[in-house]
Amino acid sequence: MSAYTLKVRRYQPEAEEDDKRGAYWETFDVELDPTLSVLDGLLQAKNDKDGTLAVRCSCRAAICGSCGVKINGQSTLACKTQLGEAAEEAARMARNGGGEAEIVVEPMGNMPVIKDLVTDMESTHWTKFRRVTPWLLPSGPPPEREYIVPAESMVDVTQSVACIQCGACVSSCLSMEADPDFIGPAALAKAYRFVGDPRDGQTTERLYDLANDPHGMYDCTHCFSCIDACPKGVAPMNQIMRLRRLAGDDHGIRDVNNGHNHEMAFVKNIKKKGTLDESLLLQESYAPGVKGKLMPRVSAIKGLLGSIPTAIRGIKTGKMRSVPKLIPGVHHKLPGDAQGHVEEIYERAEESKIQLNLYIIGEGGEEDHAAEEVEPESVSEEPTTA
Amino acid sequence: MPEHDVLVIGAGLAGQRAALAAAEKGVSVGIISKVHPVRSHSNAAQGGINAALDVDDSWESHAFDTIKGSDYLGDQDAIEVMCREAPEELLHLEHIGVTFHRNEKGELGTRAFGGASKARTYYVADITGQAIMHVLYEQLMKYSEQIDRYEEWFTTDLAIDEEGRCVGAVTRNIKDGTTEVFKAKSVILASGGNGQIWQPTTNALICTGDGIAMAYRAGATLMDMEMIQYHPTTLAGKGFLITEGARGEGAHLLNAKGERFMEKYAPNKMELASRDVVSRAEQTEINEGRGFPDGTVALDVTVVPRKRIHEALREIVLVGRDFAGVDITREPIHIKPGNHYTMGGVKTDIWGRTNVPGLYAAGEVACVSVHGGNRLGANSLLDTLIFGRRSGEDGAQHAKGHGFGQVSRTVLSDAEARVDAIIARKHEGGRRVSEIKAELGKTMDEKVAVFRDEEGIQSALEIVQRLKEEATSAYIDDRGTVFNQDVLGAIELQNMLENAEACCMAALERKESRGAQYRTDYPERNDEEWLKHIDVSMNGEGPEISYSPVTITDWQPQERTY
Repeated sequence: MSAYTLKVRRYQPEAEEDDKRGAYWETFDVELDPTLSVLDGLLQAKNDKDGTLAVRCSCRAAICGSCGVKINGQSTLACKTQLGEAAEEAARMARNGGGEAEIVVEPMGNMPVIKDLVTDMESTHWTKFRRVTPWLLPSGPPPEREYIVPAESMVDVTQSVACIQCGACVSSCLSMEADPDFIGPAALAKAYRFVGDPRDGQTTERLYDLANDPHGMYDCTHCFSCIDACPKGVAPMNQIMRLRRLAGDDHGIRDVNNGHNHEMAFVKNIKKKGTLDESLLLQESYAPGVKGKLMPRVSAIKGLLGSIPTAIRGIKTGKMRSVPKLIPGVHHKLPGDAQGHVEEIYERAEESKIQLNLYIIGEGGEEDHAAEEVEPESVSEEPTTA
Repeated sequence: MPEHDVLVIGAGLAGQRAALAAAEKGVSVGIISKVHPVRSHSNAAQGGINAALDVDDSWESHAFDTIKGSDYLGDQDAIEVMCREAPEELLHLEHIGVTFHRNEKGELGTRAFGGASKARTYYVADITGQAIMHVLYEQLMKYSEQIDRYEEWFTTDLAIDEEGRCVGAVTRNIKDGTTEVFKAKSVILASGGNGQIWQPTTNALICTGDGIAMAYRAGATLMDMEMIQYHPTTLAGKGFLITEGARGEGAHLLNAKGERFMEKYAPNKMELASRDVVSRAEQTEINEGRGFPDGTVALDVTVVPRKRIHEALREIVLVGRDFAGVDITREPIHIKPGNHYTMGGVKTDIWGRTNVPGLYAAGEVACVSVHGGNRLGANSLLDTLIFGRRSGEDGAQHAKGHGFGQVSRTVLSDAEARVDAIIARKHEGGRRVSEIKAELGKTMDEKVAVFRDEEGIQSALEIVQRLKEEATSAYIDDRGTVFNQDVLGAIELQNMLENAEACCMAALERKESRGAQYRTDYPERNDEEWLKHIDVSMNGEGPEISYSPVTITDWQPQERTY
């Protein structure tokens, strides 16, 4: 048994006391074994001290997805986070940033709060979820027996099937913070579940739809937050990247958002320069290749002109620090033969093309061991994007 | 007042399947759940679903295994229905999108499971329940024009008219605390089991036997309430489930001396004997001092190839890592028998009909009885789907032939008054709801578990009756309307205590050992006197015991060995 302090972000919509109007903090001291979870801590506080403390929970074993919260700022499940670990993290944060070593528990982000740790997932998460037509759309009537499909294809989509809709990824999504209309990591991972399923008959339609939606698959900025947050190893960002590769490469979808071209511009840019040459990036995004630059389309010119305010803002805020960076071609080169190494990495990655699927390769530390057993997949995966 | 031809209460596998089947018959459907449907406890079914689909398999073989597994207490007409319809249901699930495991030819592939004479368990890694339930939820959204969903609504009671027919239900919207009477021509209970009566349990916090208690109060008969399954492989202390699929994939059970002790208890089936047999074997090892100091034995998964573990048992790799700090691919994990499943429940026929006209039950809340004294692994998903569908179909048929009943005007005010009374309880003199719940859980796990005797059950019953009394004054803190989980907890406690009382009475009554009921004071099965169901119904304010015959078609009781 150890003593822990939970600092909980509370909101009691019906509170009449002055100090409970709006959101406020309250600390609870609990005593539990360090291997028990933050949810166990919250439930001890609720059961023994304050029954008004609201938190959704059911299975206690990271299966039902009810108890999505933020712990020490990280979106996760309360039942999956051990008190001992959370306390260590809190102590580390206190050492680095000052303040008390308290386990901070807050409701999930990117969603309205109903009461304490209970958020309104219906108006956010579930609405986005329904946006991706989340059911199988086979072409034609079913066969007499089962659909015959490759065994690997079922294992492949199992990673997104493993999603329990807890909302931790949605809570952590930085793109959604900037664009609340972004369909988001959970719903897009769900979309991949159908796109990757050989029984679905609407693959192209689904990809076309999500590529051309201004808040669709190209709204993700590769920040990895959802991968960190996901308690089930679904790695939503990876599923989004697979959607993009399928859309842009395999189905040749040139989206109105210019998303595919923008992505390819990164790939080419790094292959050529090693680090990002932002002055070339925009040109390449809107007017790819020599042909694009010699005969730019009207939309390319419009797009480039439209980017000028962003570029100016970049200079003003100091994001773009050196003026030479604005001049195409002046970008510095990597020292020695480093650029050659970069190109080798590209080649190696192109050759191996393994799918990053936990159901196939296992957890961290075992990749080497497991990778030997992995057969190359039929679906190609570009090694690097942005 | 919302009106639906068919109203489904509970939205796990049985409830969602019932709603979809009813909608297919062209009636209007409402489905109510106290949690969001995908939070339902069907999620926790890891291992798979049984069906004799393979050409070398037969429904008769599946039926025999199930009957033997039930220790001959299962009703054979119902078991026949379930096993015959299993392949078609499985293919239906596959067609609507469940990502079942395939063999090299791309056909559906199986794994071995306990108590089965053939490998007939179809699965999605070790998240089969979750995978199926999310697909059904997809279908609920697809058919959202025919099916209205009421997510996070807590049903407090059934509405019964003067002739004793079920005509709807009273439900509280958890988000704002308003209470509504739902009118319906058919009401299908699919609200799950009562595992929370035991602590620890593999069951979710929501499994509080609400449906069983509501039906019982409404005049429905309960059956086989003494039959409570202890799962052989649960994490000590926390009660988390380690799938039987682990043993299906070849994992061993070892005592502290490193012996594969199942050799003594089930020399043929070893670790894959039926669950009651394996749980008793483990408990015997532990009681006789061959367990580990923490009161456990070990499950050794390391004998399963690593690649196979990652592909087929990933969830329990996570459970081991996150909840026990053990890498199961490298070392054995300590486990013990833990409360897992309610074989008994609301007594129904093979169409889910209860003795209350207009009221149906399906899934763990119900007792058809296909599981009898002991459920086989991977038969529970099947039970929910087959009898969920049949209830939905018959419920729709019933609705077409009947009008809406007359809901008494006092139903709503009674329900509101009940909540108001709980909220008004004073803190002085009473106990906290959570305190009573904890005492109940501990009592049942000590006295009504793997091994039972008269003294223990009698003392459990007395404690339960005292707790029932105490629960009437148990107090809560939350007096609000928005997301008041406190008041729901008080209602759940009352439901749990009604379940516990029925369970203890039935366990006391059955003076023999059969399936999950092992009486150390009556260690033999006694077909002459006890090859019958024990029914419990409410007579006035108290429970009353009666009996009903076991339906036997082709399979006469035999001695049961594995």
